[in-house]
Amino acid sequence: MKNLDQVRLKYQEQYKQKLGKNRIVVGLGTCGIAAGGDKVMQNVKEEVAARGLDVEIDFTSCIGMCYREPMVEIALAGAPSVIYGDIFADKVEKLIESHIVNKTPVYEWAVIQIPGEATPYEGIDIMEKSAYYEKQVRSVTSRLGRTNPESIIDYIATGGYEGIEKALQVERPAIIDEIKKSGLRGRGGGGFPTGTKWQFVYDARGDKKYAVCNADEGDPGAFMDRSVLEGDPHSVLEGMMIAGYAIGADEGYIYCRAEYPLAIRRLNLAIAQAEEHGLLGDNILDSGFSFRIKIKAGAGAFVCGEETALLNSIEGLRGMPRVRPPFPANKGLWQKPTVLNNVETYANVPFIIRYGGDWYADMGTEMSKGSKVFCLTGKVNNTGLMEVPMGITLRDIIFSIGGGIQDGKKFKAVQSGGPSGGCIPAEHLDTSIDYDSLTALGAIMGSGGLVVMDETTCMVDVAKFFLNFTQLESCGKCTPCREGTKRMLEILQRICDGKGEMEDIDTLDRLCRVIKNTALCGLGQTCPNPIATTLRYFRSEYEAHIIDKRCPAGVCSALLVYTILANKCTGCGACVRSCPAGAITGEKKGPHAIDTDKCIKCGACIQKCKFDAIIKA
Amino acid sequence: MVANVTLTIDGIRITVPKGSTVLEAAEKAGIFIPTFCHDPELSKPGACRICVVEIPGMRNLPASCVTEAMEGMVVYSASPAVIEARKTNLELLLANHPEDCLTCNKNGDCRLQEYAYYYGVKYGAFKGEKHRYPLEDDNPFIVRDMNKCILCGKCVRMCEEVQGNNVLNFAFRGFNALVTPAMNSKYSDTEISNCVFCGNCISVCPVGALSEKDMLGKARRWEVKKVTTTCPYCGVGCQFDLNVKDNKVLGVTSTDGDVNGRALCVKGRFGYGFIHHPDRLTTPLIKKDGKFVEATWTEAIKLVAEKLGDIKAKDGPDAIGILSSARVTNEENYLMNKLARAVIGTNNIDHCARL
Ligand SMILES: Cc1cc2nc3c(=O)[nH]c(=O)nc-3n(C[C@H](O)[C@H](O)[C@H](O)COP(=O)(O)O)c2cc1C
Ligand code: SF4
Ligand code: SF4
Ligand code: SF4
Ligand code: SF4
Ligand code: SF4
Ligand code: SF4
Ligand code: FES
Repeated sequence: MKNLDQVRLKYQEQYKQKLGKNRIVVGLGTCGIAAGGDKVMQNVKEEVAARGLDVEIDFTSCIGMCYREPMVEIALAGAPSVIYGDIFADKVEKLIESHIVNKTPVYEWAVIQIPGEATPYEGIDIMEKSAYYEKQVRSVTSRLGRTNPESIIDYIATGGYEGIEKALQVERPAIIDEIKKSGLRGRGGGGFPTGTKWQFVYDARGDKKYAVCNADEGDPGAFMDRSVLEGDPHSVLEGMMIAGYAIGADEGYIYCRAEYPLAIRRLNLAIAQAEEHGLLGDNILDSGFSFRIKIKAGAGAFVCGEETALLNSIEGLRGMPRVRPPFPANKGLWQKPTVLNNVETYANVPFIIRYGGDWYADMGTEMSKGSKVFCLTGKVNNTGLMEVPMGITLRDIIFSIGGGIQDGKKFKAVQSGGPSGGCIPAEHLDTSIDYDSLTALGAIMGSGGLVVMDETTCMVDVAKFFLNFTQLESCGKCTPCREGTKRMLEILQRICDGKGEMEDIDTLDRLCRVIKNTALCGLGQTCPNPIATTLRYFRSEYEAHIIDKRCPAGVCSALLVYTILANKCTGCGACVRSCPAGAITGEKKGPHAIDTDKCIKCGACIQKCKFDAIIKA
Repeated sequence: MVANVTLTIDGIRITVPKGSTVLEAAEKAGIFIPTFCHDPELSKPGACRICVVEIPGMRNLPASCVTEAMEGMVVYSASPAVIEARKTNLELLLANHPEDCLTCNKNGDCRLQEYAYYYGVKYGAFKGEKHRYPLEDDNPFIVRDMNKCILCGKCVRMCEEVQGNNVLNFAFRGFNALVTPAMNSKYSDTEISNCVFCGNCISVCPVGALSEKDMLGKARRWEVKKVTTTCPYCGVGCQFDLNVKDNKVLGVTSTDGDVNGRALCVKGRFGYGFIHHPDRLTTPLIKKDGKFVEATWTEAIKLVAEKLGDIKAKDGPDAIGILSSARVTNEENYLMNKLARAVIGTNNIDHCARL
């Protein structure tokens, strides 16, 4: 068998040379680009050219701090790397002038530094000790925001394709044993033990087998898989190759939603590079193992993330789930034994093969090993991507890494697992993040989306939001999900409109139970979770809507009553002029009043009143 | 030898061949389990979820039509959880269904109606939006009322797996999911739909969503006498049921024919209009002076016999050929064959369906 030793030595040398130069690296993940990264890159190039500077210009993907994009990293040869945040195009000139020309970092824009061997700058947080990263681990995300995702040189120089090299030298069952030993569980939501799944496919009889990667990522608020694909595409390919070798597949498919064009572009590039290097194709490294990977762009239906619907979709059929059993391990793609794993699951595999299953199992809890990537969004200060060891608490994630709630408001709940997950209230903030603890709370780990809600969030409204999503995304195949989600949504809408009745709560309870019990696929079986958990932890809020016709969080507009506090009103009349409904009357300089029959609840008056005299409740 | 498994359903021990479903085992044990989407002749989507049962040790309530019966399995087909689930799912179907049993042609032979009755489920458990699809009745044969469709998908599978025409599939998602020909066209857009109007989809529809156009409003199900007979049109010899009321054939429906199962073609299913057609001859006609005039049977038969006898005497039996009709019964065709070969003495006999 051939090995990559020569290539790796060469690439390590090239990579070292690159890092040894004065460097400017622009963050060009989707989040960076959305924030204006392309323009930043253009300005960097122009500025460097105009000044005739000798700097290496490079790009990377998202390092995780999406809330600080566009991000730019600058390193002078032999000095620490400084990562700057909120570097919009107009800041580029000053940044280059100061950091490159005058050799002084712009301290007020710096977010973190990575000193490496160099002496750190005073006054800039060191990455591993910064609030955002201190409690994180960087294993599966280690290359994100650190290497050029479009360069196989960077990948191989940083240990890439060592895993497949190592794997090809041992018997196939030994690989499966290593994965079993690592305790890796599926990162796509279900948490099924990956090694066991591979064993099933290995054991399944068949002349042809497939390895499929689920890159559909349909949960609203989730972008872990996108970040991994955009930031380290080769790791996913390598993970699939190892899986393919272990189970005896010679073909792989990546099912990636078409809304991820950058991920698809980088994957295509990575596949072409791997083929050029003889790492994909026939007789890889002279080992006798052949493997090819194709990309199938999905049209963005949430249900196509469900494994059997996904397989149908690849086959060109309508994305509707199949009954299981037979499971894909026995009858998958085109009825052939198929291993199907999530992006993050695959991306973990090369690390496990390189460092060993025991290394991986050292991290995490008894039943949930290793690390997990989460996307923190919602009413939290630091929204972004993070990798944490399993077993960390929600409190650590939201308050240490996430920096607490925006505008100093009070934490109310966190939704874990998207539309299939549940709302976890403050009293469970110290729950350990692992598959089983989250399930016990009625939520799920899911794929890693965490949406934080504060006191201004109405929990009935939240349940309605998720039900609206599942109702639209239900494939329509089975009765409980197709018809039931619609009725649950209508009931929630009525409650939010102040037309709810107490029996509605019992009806919701029953629908939750029946839909969970009888729906065909995971979408239907889990879609009641947002209702079930909000009913469990925030029942009084439902009752307030129904009995008192009041929305405690002040969200449901139909239930709001606008009133003017006589003791605060100065009678300035600003509200009168703003009201489109002519609902406000009052003597000049005397207290004004709102005619609730006329008021259309537009909220214009509140914004106009300088004395906080108008309240909605 | 086929291995067997023994399981217990509602306390009844039953042995079935390995590989049977729980539903099949229950049927064998005489235990009632409702089904909408299941059909023994078609693939099993496990879609409607009305057939759910409780099996301790299994997650949720599995659908019995797609759950394999296992050795030692214990099944409850009517536990409180099962009944609640079935009733709720029926209520959900009825909540999005026209309240039209009174004038619906399927009344009396409708699974939705039957199960609603069995479980005491009424209309109106959930208020909310209902579909309002226009009635599709622009073709001569089939009326589609998608408001009554419960999306069991049997028509889709019948058309694909038995008829091989792939006219239908699901379109749209969630509450708006709809069974339709390609591009949301109609059956009548045959360029797109590829429909051949065999009507086999009607034969599997468990509700009144698909109907034979000419049978609408003609008879309640219980007034109809079904007379099983053989299609006279072609050599396949499909069997079907003539639907008869007051001695009149109202239409044709599928039966379980030995050669064809429930499948028929457009001619067999819809080509019965001649039976009671006013233009049909009721007496023989003989041409006299260039005009057809009514005659008696004796006259007519005598004339034919004379002429055929003359030809046979002059030019031999093979100067005569007989072409029979596919529209007469097989018995009549048999007699024609006897007439040709045994009476006239020629093998020149043929039948239009051989063309
Ligand atoms: C409605 C629904 C949507 C899903 N969406 C995804 C998804 O976007 N990505 C994913 O990896 N898994 C998704 N899953 C889970 C997959 O069905 C499957 O369990 C998973 O991809 C297996 O990979 P793993 O074992 O590596 O997690 C979804 C499941 C359901 C029921
Ligand atoms: S549960 Fe919902 S998404 Fe899943 S098969 Fe049924 S209708 Fe489709
Ligand atoms: S909420 Fe709008 S309509 Fe109501 S009083 Fe204020 S300005 Fe007028
Ligand atoms: S399809 Fe059945 S339930 Fe519906 S109206 Fe007709 S008879 Fe009644
Ligand atoms: S009439 Fe025949 S061809 Fe047309 S949709 Fe029905 S089954 Fe298919
Ligand atoms: S038309 Fe009839 S057979 Fe077809 S899906 Fe609807 S209910 Fe089922
Ligand atoms: S004409 Fe059609 S229905 Fe009649 S026997 Fe032939 S195939 Fe069957
Ligand atoms: S009859 Fe079993 S799911 Fe429809």
